[in-house]
Amino acid sequence: MAAITRREMLLRSAILGCSAAASPLFTPVALASVPGENRLVVIILRGAMDGLDVVQPYGDPALVAARPGFEIGPASGARDLDGFFALHRGLQDLWPLWQAGELGFAHAVSTPYRNARSHFDGQDLLEAGTQGGTEGRVHEDGWLNRFLQTLPGTSRETALAVGRQEALILRGSAPSVSWSPASRLSLSPATSDLLGLVYREDPLFQPAFADARFYSDLLYGEFGGADGDDMMADMAATTRSVARAGNASAIADFAAERLRADARIASFSLGGWDTHRGQSGSIRRALGHLSTAILQLREGLGPDWDHTTVLAMTEFGRTLRENGSGGTDHGTGSALVMAGGALNGGRVFGDWPGLEEADLFDRRDLMPTRDVRAYAAWAMARLFGTDRATLEGQVFPGLDLGDDPGLLR
Amino acid sequence: MTSRATLAQIRFGTGLRPGRRLPAPEALMERLTGPDLMAQTYRQEDFATRAVAAQAFRSELRAARGLADGAERQAAVRAVMRDAKFRQLAISLARGVASEDGLRERLTWFWADHFTTAGQRAVMQGSITAYVEEAIRPHVAGRFGDMLEAAILHPVMILYLDQEGSIGPNSRNGLASGRGLNENLARELLELHTLGVNSGYIQRDVRQMAELMTGVGLERGREIVFRPGNAEPGPEEVLGVTYGGADPASLTEVRAALQDLALRPETARHLSRKLADYFLSDAPDPGVLEAMTATYLQSGGDLAAVMQAMLAQGAAWAPGPGRVKRPFHFVVSALRALGVVPDRIAQASRPDINQWAYLPMVAMGQRWQGAAGPDGFFDDDPEWIHPQALAARVGWAMAVPSRLRRRLPDPREFVSACLGDMAGETLQWAAARAETRAEGVGIILASPEFMRS
Repeated sequence: MAAITRREMLLRSAILGCSAAASPLFTPVALASVPGENRLVVIILRGAMDGLDVVQPYGDPALVAARPGFEIGPASGARDLDGFFALHRGLQDLWPLWQAGELGFAHAVSTPYRNARSHFDGQDLLEAGTQGGTEGRVHEDGWLNRFLQTLPGTSRETALAVGRQEALILRGSAPSVSWSPASRLSLSPATSDLLGLVYREDPLFQPAFADARFYSDLLYGEFGGADGDDMMADMAATTRSVARAGNASAIADFAAERLRADARIASFSLGGWDTHRGQSGSIRRALGHLSTAILQLREGLGPDWDHTTVLAMTEFGRTLRENGSGGTDHGTGSALVMAGGALNGGRVFGDWPGLEEADLFDRRDLMPTRDVRAYAAWAMARLFGTDRATLEGQVFPGLDLGDDPGLLR
Repeated sequence: MTSRATLAQIRFGTGLRPGRRLPAPEALMERLTGPDLMAQTYRQEDFATRAVAAQAFRSELRAARGLADGAERQAAVRAVMRDAKFRQLAISLARGVASEDGLRERLTWFWADHFTTAGQRAVMQGSITAYVEEAIRPHVAGRFGDMLEAAILHPVMILYLDQEGSIGPNSRNGLASGRGLNENLARELLELHTLGVNSGYIQRDVRQMAELMTGVGLERGREIVFRPGNAEPGPEEVLGVTYGGADPASLTEVRAALQDLALRPETARHLSRKLADYFLSDAPDPGVLEAMTATYLQSGGDLAAVMQAMLAQGAAWAPGPGRVKRPFHFVVSALRALGVVPDRIAQASRPDINQWAYLPMVAMGQRWQGAAGPDGFFDDDPEWIHPQALAARVGWAMAVPSRLRRRLPDPREFVSACLGDMAGETLQWAAARAETRAEGVGIILASPEFMRS
């Protein structure tokens, strides 16, 4: 880790004001006592992943009947998981993980979001982690941030959102970092200080600039390694890399690199799950990205993979029935994808509700039998020792944790 | 105290253009309701031309498949298509930089985002600009119902939201093929384009709307047709109003439903709120919203009247800080402030546009015509100004101006030339103390005063 410069110290003490003395950044002892060795990665699958296609309940005859045009079960190349569920062949590269108990699923899960089936409200609620009934309002903070607030000994580097977009899941009062692979702020010291002053009064620009300075210095040396000779060449190179750094592999590599250093929590998004048309091709592409991300995390984390849990969750599921164009429309229950060396995997968790018409939600969607937040909460309880009252009261207000599903080893 | 003339250009237009006389605030509406000069000066190709090009694109890609030099051929075909898209981007930028009718440009960006289409599908390649040009731009000062019809029943939208695959399960073709509905367009029509999410419609309305729209299809990828053989028989009820049921069914009933949706009070509220959000504040003054909604309903969705109602409210002219400019707006207003010649932008080469416009905007969070979903780009300021996006904006402000202008302006003069009386004291002080002109100009363009509107 790069040394913190005096200028950074001054800048940060100006930001933190009276709470500066309490900041772990000022005490190397606290800096070392990050919250343990365990690591949590949360992947948001945007667009509503079809859990019924990813983890196919091929043993349920209603599935084949509702999806005549789909490739279903081991007969179509999916891997049999347990005689009832089969894994979509788009995830076949993860098969060794399943065999090693490092891959698992929870089926028939959802957030409390019901009925309106809007991606955008659904994703907001998934990241806010609240009880619902607040659709359309601006969410103040996300559940990973509220969780971070409860952890002792954290620093700004403990939690990281990776990608080109702001992450609601980490929005909130606990400091965290939001950064994109290859992003870089390269400024001369004088310009950097002048801009710091120009941003000082603006509540939006000021913290964003301070974070950009902090993180760019951390990764590339002080002042982003600016040599000041050719700003255009500098920017062009950086911009090219940033523009191309949006793929799953680059994002996962970067997350793994930071998790090996001081980060313990990382989050990023993967899109492409809104498969209204030609699902067999489009879901395979999306699964390919998910598979790449998980494999890159495993490779990048090396020995730390054993302390890691990855949770990949989506805003809602899709209709049981295939639609008019070889796809599926917005539904309710879906599946949670879990991976990591810390996982007690090789299993499909959850109570299966069945797929007969009377078993469905609204007579069209997979009926959720458990809140996806409960699985996330149990993972956090085991990884970081957080107690039940904190998880039910603060992190996921209104959630009933229920029994321990035994996700982790 | 900021003058209204300055605010008019910055908040409702594409920014100040140093060296030009500042028009009176009233010019905003006069020009918006006059002729569209920019569309005449900088022409975009029409959809018919682009549809032919997209078809050629597909067949040339296919023809190259399996050939010994197939990969190179395909790369060449893709390069031609990319050239076309970058030409369209260059023209869109040039219009914003040159325009004396900036409100029209801003509204075009707004409504193009409201009716977002995007996609990598070959059949849509290079066609999104033409869709905006034909379905959106002519209506930004017209009636919303007309824009709605033009956008929803445009081939690009039909393709983007999968309407061509939606078949009535009990229609002749549905019964024969066993295929059924695709809800995608119907849902986004209610949720995003008209009523707004959580405004009271239910899943049944989505289904019924989807059934009503079965039959809407596309011929040869370019002409909207109505196929009675795909149309779900029987009437449909959307929000308590019954449509369809005629035999044979026809497009007329779909158009009637769209016009009704346009005039719903939920739609009036949703669109007024979104417009006020975009121009004024994410917590707009209730009086402004009320005036806009009332005007919308009284005028039958006359969008010029709605804008006039917004501008007539004192709260619309409250001094900053205003909304954060989206990357496209930021780049246009900066090019304008720098006095870059619009024709030079319109004629810039693909590598140039890529290096100083397209890729930087990606890094700032806005891939041009590449929104991740039909809800378009973000609404909230924090979604644009996070550390990595701000780093990209600062990098642009520092590096690009000296690439585009041989001699940069003196920062002490530039600060008032591009911000008028909106520049704060700290900014003026800092701009004067920069080590070089490039850094002084960069600090000004990267300032909150310039990044906000």
